[in-house]
Amino acid sequence: MVMSYIWSAMILAALLFSMWTGRGAELGRAVLEGAQSGVTLTLSMAGAICLWSGVGKVMERSGLTRLLSRCLLPVIGRLYPSARRDSQAASLISANVCANLLGLGNAATPMGVAATRRLSRYAQPGTASDEMCRLIVMNTASIQLIPTNVAAVRASLGAASPFDILPAVWVTSLCSVATGLGAAFLFQRIRHD
Amino acid sequence: MTDYIIPLLLAGVALFALGKRENVYDALLEGASEGLRLLVSIVPALILLLTAVHMLRASGALEALATLLSPVFSALGIPPETAPLVLVRPISGSAALAVGADLMAQYGPESPIGRTAAIMLGSTETTFYTISVYFGAAGIRKTRYAVPAALLADLTGFCVASLTARLFF
Repeated sequence: MVMSYIWSAMILAALLFSMWTGRGAELGRAVLEGAQSGVTLTLSMAGAICLWSGVGKVMERSGLTRLLSRCLLPVIGRLYPSARRDSQAASLISANVCANLLGLGNAATPMGVAATRRLSRYAQPGTASDEMCRLIVMNTASIQLIPTNVAAVRASLGAASPFDILPAVWVTSLCSVATGLGAAFLFQRIRHD
Repeated sequence: MTDYIIPLLLAGVALFALGKRENVYDALLEGASEGLRLLVSIVPALILLLTAVHMLRASGALEALATLLSPVFSALGIPPETAPLVLVRPISGSAALAVGADLMAQYGPESPIGRTAAIMLGSTETTFYTISVYFGAAGIRKTRYAVPAALLADLTGFCVASLTARLFF
């Protein structure tokens, strides 16, 4: 329902604004150009999305993702104390983080949801625990190593090396995750003491 | 250096899977057709949202928004042109992709604004969507500090993306 309001507001704003600025002709043309560019954009990402889903499937089948998530367990144990006692929670959280790292958003969501459910065992019913808040921050701050979609869009627009943004993306993600977790720990202190 | 990351990754994953006697090509095919299904599911949203974004740009509303917010954005070091992307990013993933792709097309993928938009898209997530899906599934109504902490992380992402786009290139 939220999207209905957003979309209608966007259209209405464009209509009223173009009346004010007198850009009616441009507005009329933009309708069809915009719709067409939705198809163009999708097609420009199609190859990357399909290839990357294929690679993700190979990583999953060959046990590479499981191997990577096991490497993450020590870090997970520090951020999520209940994961040290509950191996199911630990493996769900590390699988979620691992899928996020590899840019497999489709795989990350079901595991993140399952991990949140599992963590709710150790929380008051209906209330987010500190661990759940940290899990949310780790998921919303996006710790993605290979942003394939964005690279595909850049490639389709003629970027010479579409992946040259990777180091910048890593530094940015690291800063935002660190800030989010830092803020979460700070808010936790303020609430408890 | 970054040119070799993806080719090396492809070769490494294939060799690792072959070492495990896994049918690599079958898995690739299956994954790729799942990707195609995912793609089909996002096309309608992208068409609708890009129509709205193009109309907003043609009407001059996006420029006006950038001008309006430019004092705040300049203070944070974020290019005001990316204002629509920053505003829509936490709410809708496909709208953010539409706005971001539009910015890259308009200013060029290697322009400072195009790069900033790409880094922002690659390093942030659809915060409100994620929170509602995760907490909705676990029946959480009291979200405590999850929303402010997540939004603070997003804001940091937008500021650092603008900074790295300037420093790294």
